Amino acid sequence: MTTLAGTGGLVRFILRRDRVRLPVWVLSISVSVLGSVASFASTYPTAADRQARARVLDSPVASLFVGPGYGLDDYTYGAMTAQEMLPITALAVALMSIFLVVRHTRAEEESGRADVVRATAVGRHAAAVATLAVVGGANLLLGVLLAVALPLSLEGLSPGGSVAFAAALTGVGLVFTGVALVVAQLSRAARAALGAASILMAAAYLLRAVGDMGGGALSWLSPFGWATETRAYVHERWCALALPGLAAAMLSVAAVAIGGRRDVGAGVLADRPGPATGPPLLGSPWGLALRLQRAALAWWTVSLLGLGLVYGGIAEEAGELYEDVSAIAEYLERIGAADAADQYLALTFFVSALIGAGYSVQSALRLRGEESAGRAEPLLAAPVSRWRLAGSHLAMSLGGGVVLLLAFGLGAGTTRALSAGQVSELPRLLGAALAYAPALWVFTALATALFGLLPRASGAAWAALAALAFVGFLGPLLRLPDWAYDLSPVEHIPRLPVAEFTPVPLVLLTLVAAGLLAVGLAGFRRREVGAT
Amino acid sequence: MASAISVSGLHKSFGRTHALDGLDLEVSPGEVHGFLGPNGSGKSTTIRVLLGLLRADAGGVRLLGGDPWRDAVGLHRRLSYVPGDVSLWPNLTGGETIDLLARLRGRVDRGRRDELVERFRLDPTKKARTYSKGNRQKVILVAGLASDVELLVLDEPTAGLDPLMEAVFQQCIRELRAEGRTVLLSSHILAEVEALCDRVTIIRLGRTVETGTLAGLRHLTRTSVAAETSAAPTGMRELPGVHKVRVDDRRVEFDVDTEHLDAALRRLAELGVRSLRSRPPTLEELFLRHYGDELAGDQGEPGPL
Repeated sequence: MTTLAGTGGLVRFILRRDRVRLPVWVLSISVSVLGSVASFASTYPTAADRQARARVLDSPVASLFVGPGYGLDDYTYGAMTAQEMLPITALAVALMSIFLVVRHTRAEEESGRADVVRATAVGRHAAAVATLAVVGGANLLLGVLLAVALPLSLEGLSPGGSVAFAAALTGVGLVFTGVALVVAQLSRAARAALGAASILMAAAYLLRAVGDMGGGALSWLSPFGWATETRAYVHERWCALALPGLAAAMLSVAAVAIGGRRDVGAGVLADRPGPATGPPLLGSPWGLALRLQRAALAWWTVSLLGLGLVYGGIAEEAGELYEDVSAIAEYLERIGAADAADQYLALTFFVSALIGAGYSVQSALRLRGEESAGRAEPLLAAPVSRWRLAGSHLAMSLGGGVVLLLAFGLGAGTTRALSAGQVSELPRLLGAALAYAPALWVFTALATALFGLLPRASGAAWAALAALAFVGFLGPLLRLPDWAYDLSPVEHIPRLPVAEFTPVPLVLLTLVAAGLLAVGLAGFRRREVGAT
Repeated sequence: MASAISVSGLHKSFGRTHALDGLDLEVSPGEVHGFLGPNGSGKSTTIRVLLGLLRADAGGVRLLGGDPWRDAVGLHRRLSYVPGDVSLWPNLTGGETIDLLARLRGRVDRGRRDELVERFRLDPTKKARTYSKGNRQKVILVAGLASDVELLVLDEPTAGLDPLMEAVFQQCIRELRAEGRTVLLSSHILAEVEALCDRVTIIRLGRTVETGTLAGLRHLTRTSVAAETSAAPTGMRELPGVHKVRVDDRRVEFDVDTEHLDAALRRLAELGVRSLRSRPPTLEELFLRHYGDELAGDQGEPGPL
């Protein structure tokens, strides 16, 4: 078929471009799963430990974070793996698929590189099909890796269950490969495609969580629900794997069909004309940074506000559940004993701070993105100092982090105040959330220091955040040594509202942030600027 | 009066690549100065040093009396920069981009801005990501030309413009010159440089090979002559400084070094001139002469234009 001409060449081209990126995605996901699963043996050595763990998870609220709870009455390592690892890993697999697909479809078109490729003897459908082949292949490879390695990583994981677990993950990956392929047809901007696909992913995840909380019917509408409904390691239902296969096939066919009808570079949704003159805001680097980052900040704020509302609303119930369980109890010991709901809330503030740090890093690294796209140059060729250019985006990162914490505190405080019937909860929790601001600033400052001194390695700020989030979430499970916690700025914040407020760590973290910022800015002032 | 731009012995390396290897450039206030060189000869690197984006390894660089690295912000208030290959913010409209850059330089003249948008036939309501190459170039050109500045640094400013817009651009530069502004024009379009520039600097491999007025540079090169004579045109080949002689019956064509033009014309007069055409060397010929050896070695890359 001529519309597929050149597909093989494009597959090789994508593999060549992503020879580092693809293995990093596949290996980091599989190693995280295998490492966590291997740690179960030491964390929950006896059946009694596992049963205690199962009791915590036997609640509607738990479904928000883990699976629907198959096999809780006989909580084997297998049931534990499926229940606690499947939903979160499925999110990672979905993200991998979305990022890779958009990168090789819409991003290529937006940059104009696709024109050059399509002007050669390459067919209309080749790019979409080649992307499908590579990303689908990455998902299959991940599945095979896990299916083979899971039984080896922990005794008691059956080969059959491991195949079901791995196939469920691959299924989610293939569905979101299809989703991203379709979404990439709609808008001209790669950023918009990424955003839309991520929102669909979050919605599907929430649909599964809400469905599992109440009976499970809704879960069947979500790809994440299909994954948990394979009931890996408990009572495998292989027919549930047909759904993702079917959905992925239909989405891919739809994407290819839409792609074959539209113009290269064009979206299905047309661009509207904008203002002919710049609003007064667009007269300074600050205004430009606000304009460039405001949409992202708005999305982050709404997400954290929503998360806060949910966490605040379920604090009472969740706190009681978590109280008497070994692994969580151990975690809570690090915080200090107190009111159950407060303990739970302290945990959620910690989690929200780690999420918010994602914004801090993303927002600060916008500086690097603008520089490597060549858009720092026209500003620096105008009377804009390096300080002001960097400061404009850093203000968004530093200030935006505070906005996010306030949004989360406002959400949690509002629902908590309503359910506890005490208005005073609102200011108390708002303050508790705000205490994490210096920790977020350290992340902003770390990204800035990398940007100033080692611009090509700026992305390492993400690696640092991922490593510290790993410590934060899985540290207690893996019994990491204390120095691992000491590295993380988030760990130094007193766990309000449980712990007592002490200003010293906050002041110290602020000083660390200021120091890193100064180093980064001095480096940026001194180094050369270029689109490389 | 001090130079608007003064560069002497500028060196700049990127790793093992010597991008600039002792480059000199003098631009006087009020002149339009052409800056020529083939791809990769170091024009954009020089300009990025002048803008304080890159730091010179060695050599003296003065811009409007200041140090471009140290005094960047103060100097940038007094200049406009138009790159030839620009990436704009994809979701800002053309109008928003123009206003942003003009306001950053201060002193926005609304009337002049609107007039330029009109003259370049730019639709300012479109998002930057939807503009064609030529239209993106118009956005950055209008932003650069709209500001009230002493110096314009233009790096291949008309890349992607159609001939109509090229004419508008040339008209704008003439107006700016009449107002006494200084322009550094790096360009590949030799006709554009010939039409606009008072003086030119030609560089090669990061070094200045020629600088001066166009008239002065022409002295260094050859005039093309075509003549019809009464007697058969013999003996032309033997004359000093005469090259590429082509004889067809009574017609003769040749190139002659400017210093030997007089002798060649005397010889023609002896033969009895019935018609005569002579053409001064074009900038293109000047340019090609400097890079002729490169062309001889590599036929694959013809000269610009």
